[in-house]
Amino acid sequence: MSSRRTRSRQSSSSRISEEQINDLVSKLEALLPEASIRSNSSASAARVLQDTCNYIRSLHREVDDLSERLSELLATTDTTSAQAAIIRSLLM
Amino acid sequence: PSLPTLCNHLSPPSHPSLSPSPPLPPESKPMSAFHFLRALSQINKSTPKSSLLLRSRRIRQAAYVSMACRAGRSRLWSRALLRRLQRRSRLRYLISQRTRAGIAPKRLKVVRPRSGEPSRAEALRRLVPGGPGMDYCSLLDETAHYIQCLSSQVQLMQKVVGSISCETPQP
Repeated sequence: MSSRRTRSRQSSSSRISEEQINDLVSKLEALLPEASIRSNSSASAARVLQDTCNYIRSLHREVDDLSERLSELLATTDTTSAQAAIIRSLLM
Repeated sequence: PSLPTLCNHLSPPSHPSLSPSPPLPPESKPMSAFHFLRALSQINKSTPKSSLLLRSRRIRQAAYVSMACRAGRSRLWSRALLRRLQRRSRLRYLISQRTRAGIAPKRLKVVRPRSGEPSRAEALRRLVPGGPGMDYCSLLDETAHYIQCLSSQVQLMQKVVGSISCETPQP
């Protein structure tokens, strides 16, 4: 992927860890939501990191939104039916 | 409820009132959801109905706590997250209640760009708990695990929201 590997005087240890890094990056890429629509050729590491940052931020936002919704829902439903619903989602 | 006690209560649901039906098949989903759901019902009981913001903040806290507890202490990010949440819960009683206590605050720790890394690594470090202390390889590895746990937590919360909204008769 990168031409840096062909540079001379590259120590063997850093060559190995570059493989490792590429492996980890592709593993990350597989976790991203758009992994299926992306073409088979792997995106650049910078692109993967960028998408990962965006994905994490959107997940954080979703947690915030869901917490707010849960808070609203718990306010409007009475205790017993809320407890029942909570138990039901546990058993499902 | 104090955070250390929340984390210690990871035992399976043997409580009679919560599992009236015969024992569930050994599935990870109900077990891991138990911690969050119990925290939810505690929050529901202890917080007055009117304080929407406080309750939503506590729910978000519980979400991150249960996510980190589920990941266990073997992960760098979960340890760092638990440390951060415990610190904040202790401080909450010392500082004013009106101070905004977000889970992902503006960090006091400066994340310096490290040499030999893509530029985005710095931004990623800020997002993943415990990021500043990791080398690049661990950062990528921890990020992958963090994303998996985050998305399963989101799915869990969506299920809870769905089941509570089904319960509530729509006007």
